[in-house]
Amino acid sequence: MSRKTWTTIGLIAALVLIFGISFVVGGLHTNPDERFAGTDSVATATIQEANPDYQPWFEPFFQPESGEVESGLFALQAALGGSVLGFAIGGLWGRRRGERAGSAAGTAPEPAT
Amino acid sequence: MHIAEGFLPVAHCVAWYAVSTPFVIHGARKVIQEAKAHPESRLLLAAAGAFTFVLSSIKLPSVTGSSSHPTGTGLGAVLFRPPVMAFLSTIVLVFQALLLAHGGITTLGANVFSMGVAGPLVGYWFWRISNKLSWHPNVGVFLALAFADLSTYLVTSVQLGLAFPDPESGLAGSVAKFAGVFAISQVPLAIAEGILGVLVFRLLTDVAKPELERLGILRPARKEAVA
Repeated sequence: MSRKTWTTIGLIAALVLIFGISFVVGGLHTNPDERFAGTDSVATATIQEANPDYQPWFEPFFQPESGEVESGLFALQAALGGSVLGFAIGGLWGRRRGERAGSAAGTAPEPAT
Repeated sequence: MHIAEGFLPVAHCVAWYAVSTPFVIHGARKVIQEAKAHPESRLLLAAAGAFTFVLSSIKLPSVTGSSSHPTGTGLGAVLFRPPVMAFLSTIVLVFQALLLAHGGITTLGANVFSMGVAGPLVGYWFWRISNKLSWHPNVGVFLALAFADLSTYLVTSVQLGLAFPDPESGLAGSVAKFAGVFAISQVPLAIAEGILGVLVFRLLTDVAKPELERLGILRPARKEAVA
């Protein structure tokens, strides 16, 4: 395998390692009920703790009532982003291939749109 | 970094809206300008926006036992300059505020400032410094993504500290308190985001070399010499 492939594998391994360590270390010293709470909600709790009188003066128009619905909507966001990212990279890949085919055939590459 | 709906006093909400709005308008203009002047960049623009869309939807576990979002804004800031990310981040944050009750419409100005304005700017500075030192583009991308992420959360800490100063230790104490919630959790995530950014950037250098050269990200002749 080329050096490039090894670098890619190394980078992915580093990612897996970071989250593996985070997961284990983060799980060790926290109590199971509040394990991996979102920092956003921790910040909200911190505000309420220090300022018990503070009333949020605005409520969200729409609130996913259950955790399941909420994760579904987050998954939807990831899916939308992932599709567009895949489409864009696929489009660029096709553009390169078209250029190569064009120059191999001795014609000028088609102007990219 | 999503300050929850209603969790900033009215005056702060208005002030952050006032600060962020010009950046977002300028960014929207830049996006349109770029798409019109260089239609071949449209796919890359879409990729930068989509990268932020994906990353900010994921909550990742951290060593502190809490979980947090990456921001993904550094990549677009490197590719298309920071103003573009002010606009793209606004789209992400509006989506999350309306559909996910994550962040909020009242706090949108503040959240846009941390994620869409401050983070991309800091990330872009690191990219420029790395370039000045003629470090490999991959190193620059790593630094840009990691520091865009980290600085976003530091700015959020300052925003919350300003809004809720500690009665005893004052502004500094409350900023430190919120940074304690965010910053340490964010360090491993920022590193991970930097690595992921390098993976995506390597992929882009494979499939979008001419576009990246036109944007001045890769220098065709000097790149071999540096590498």
